[in-house]
Amino acid sequence: MENRFFIDSEGLSAEVLEKKHKLETDPSCRKNHMEYLPGMEQIESDVCRHVMQHVNTYDSSGYTTKDVLAALGHDTCSIEDFKALLSPAAAPFLEEMAQKARLETGKHFGNTVYLFTPLYIANYCENYCVYCGFNCYNHIKRMKLNMEQIEHEMKIIADSGMEEILILTGESRGQSDVEYIGEACKLARKYFRMVGLEVYPVNTEEYRYLHECGADYVTVFQETYDADKYETLHLLGHKRVWPYRFDAQERALRGGMRGVAFSALLGLSDFRKDALASALHVYYLQRKYPHAEMSLSCPRLRPILNNDKINPLDVGEKELCQVLCAYRIFLPFVGITVSSRENEAFRNGIVKIAATKVSAGVSTGIGDHESKYSGKETDGAQGDEQFEIDDSRSLDTMYKDISAEGLQPVLNDYLYV
Amino acid sequence: MQTNDTWKIGGHEFRSRFILGSGKYSLNLIEAAVQDAGAEIITLAVRRANTKEHENILDYIPKGVTLLPNTSGARTAEEAVRIARLARELGCGNFVKIEIMRDSKYLLPDNQETVRATELLAEEGFVVMPYMYPDLNTARDLVNAGAAAVMPLASPIGSNKGLATREFIQILIDEIELPVIVDAGIGRPSQACEAMEMGAAAIMANTALATAGDLPMMASAFQQAIEAGRKAHLSGLGRVLTRGASASDPLTGFLRD
Repeated sequence: MENRFFIDSEGLSAEVLEKKHKLETDPSCRKNHMEYLPGMEQIESDVCRHVMQHVNTYDSSGYTTKDVLAALGHDTCSIEDFKALLSPAAAPFLEEMAQKARLETGKHFGNTVYLFTPLYIANYCENYCVYCGFNCYNHIKRMKLNMEQIEHEMKIIADSGMEEILILTGESRGQSDVEYIGEACKLARKYFRMVGLEVYPVNTEEYRYLHECGADYVTVFQETYDADKYETLHLLGHKRVWPYRFDAQERALRGGMRGVAFSALLGLSDFRKDALASALHVYYLQRKYPHAEMSLSCPRLRPILNNDKINPLDVGEKELCQVLCAYRIFLPFVGITVSSRENEAFRNGIVKIAATKVSAGVSTGIGDHESKYSGKETDGAQGDEQFEIDDSRSLDTMYKDISAEGLQPVLNDYLYV
Repeated sequence: MQTNDTWKIGGHEFRSRFILGSGKYSLNLIEAAVQDAGAEIITLAVRRANTKEHENILDYIPKGVTLLPNTSGARTAEEAVRIARLARELGCGNFVKIEIMRDSKYLLPDNQETVRATELLAEEGFVVMPYMYPDLNTARDLVNAGAAAVMPLASPIGSNKGLATREFIQILIDEIELPVIVDAGIGRPSQACEAMEMGAAAIMANTALATAGDLPMMASAFQQAIEAGRKAHLSGLGRVLTRGASASDPLTGFLRD
C-alpha cells in the first residue's frame, strides 16, 4: 500500500514488526473504525449527521469568482458563502478575505491576543497513528512525570508569567489514566487561572470529574473528518474509533466543561473538506450549546522524530491563511489558535488578521521546561518530543513582539466559576 | 455646560457621562478615556484582573476613577454573584455591573438571570448596574430588585451599529426613574449624542474608541458629542415638522371667537 508515512523504527522485534506490517498492508486485520469499543459511551446526537451531510457533498471546484465576491459582500456569512471562501476560486481574493477577517476579529476581540503554553506530562501511547511521533511503534524515549515532577514543571512555567496552561498526554489510559490527569489538573489550578486539556477522549462522567478537578477547556483534534482516510492512518488503538472521537466535545460540554476546541490536522486528507468539517462541527455544536466557548486550531503536519518524510504537502502558508480567514468570516465569535508548529513570521502576520491565541515558551517534550527555559543542564530524565516546533520564542519575547505589532497581549481572560 | 449638571449613582456623584467599557482594553485606551473623554468610571472585567507582574489591569486605573467591575464570563445568577464577591475581595469597591450571557455568539444578556442576580447582589449591599436587553417589564423588575441603574444595549456588543433598539430605550427613559445608561453598540459620537438627546443618563462605550484610528481624538469627540447631546436634552429639543412647511392658513381658522 502506498503510504508516505510508514517507517520502521529500530528496536522492534520480528514479531512486532510482522504485526505492524500486517496492520499496514492488510485492512482486514484492522478493527472496524466505526464501531465503539467496550466502555465507550455512545450519546444521542445529530451533529455528526448535519456536518457530514455538507462535507460529503462539498465540491470545492464548483465555486466561481462570482460566488466568492458575493460571499465577501454579505454581512453575515452563510454556509454556502463559507464553502465558496474555502474553494480554490477564493485564492486570488486572499487579501480581500484578510481585510474582512481583520474587521471581524477587531469587532469581537479588539486587538487582544491571548497567550498560553502546553505542558506534556506523559508521552506513552497505545495507538498506532502513522504520522505521529508518539505512536506506539516509534522508538522514542517514553516518560511519564510523577506529581512532584509535574508541580516542578508548573512552577517553572508559572514563574515565567504564564497564566493559562494546556495539559497534554499521549493517548494511553494504561499509563496515564483519568485519575492521573485529574491530579495534574488539581495541581495546575494552584498555579494557573485557566487549565485546558488535550488528552484522549473520555466519557461524559469522566469529563465531569476532570472539570471538578479544575480543567475547563477540552481540545480534541479529529485529525481528519474523512472517515475512510482516517481508517488508513489510525491503525491500532482506541483512537481508531472515529465516531467516539467526533462526539468528544459534546460529551465534554455535557460534563460541564466551559469550552471546547476543534481541529483537523490539515494535510492528512482534502484540507478544504477538513476545514469545512471543522468549522461546521463548531457551528452545529454552538447552535446546540449556545453558552459554550469554542475555538478552532489549524495544525499542519510537522516532521517527527524518526520520520522526516512528513510535511504539510499541499497546505502552504497561503492555503492556511485562506482557511483561517474563511474561519474568521464564517465564525466571527470563535477563538482561533495558531501553535508553534508555524514559524515566527507567519504567526506575527496571522495575529493581525484572524488568530486570537498563540502559544509561547513551547516544548512538546516531557519534563524539559527547566533546561529549555533556563538553558542549564538538568539531571532529570526527559521524554522525546511529539513533533518539531518552528517558533521557539519565550513568553517574554512573544509578549514584546505582540506589543510591538500594536496588539495587546493577554495572559488571562478567565475565571473558573 | 451647566457646572451643576451632575448625576448620582450609589451615593456617588459624577460629572462625566462617559463610561469606559471593558471589552478591548489597553493602557492607551484607558489613558485616552480618562484624559480626553473625561471618564470617571471605568469598567473592569474581573476575569482579567490578576496579580502577576506582566499585566495587571488594576495598575492601569488612575486614582480618583471609580472602578466598575463586571461579571463577564458568568452564565447564571449564581456565577455572577461569585464573580462580584471576588471583585469586592480584590478591592474593587461596591459597584458591580452584571453581565450574564448564555450565548457565546452574540453575547446577548440573559434578562431573567440578570434580575435574579440583581436581587441577590443588592441584598449584599452592592451598587448593582445590570446590563440588559431593553425590555420594560424587565427594567421594572430590576428596579424592584434593587438596581442602581439600568444599562440597556443599543445594538449587539462590539458591533458599532448604533441605536438599533432606539424606540425601546426611549420607553425605558420615559418610564424608569433610575439612570438609564446606554451600553453596547454605540459606534460613533453622533450615536452617543442621539442617546443623550433622548435623555440617557450616560453612555458606555469601548470598541468605538478601541478600534479608532486616533484614540485620543476619538475620545475627545465622544466627550463633546455626549455634552452636546446632554445640553440639547436639557434645553428641550425644538419641534420637528413632519412634512414640508407648516400651513400658513391655520386649519382652525374657521373657528369664531
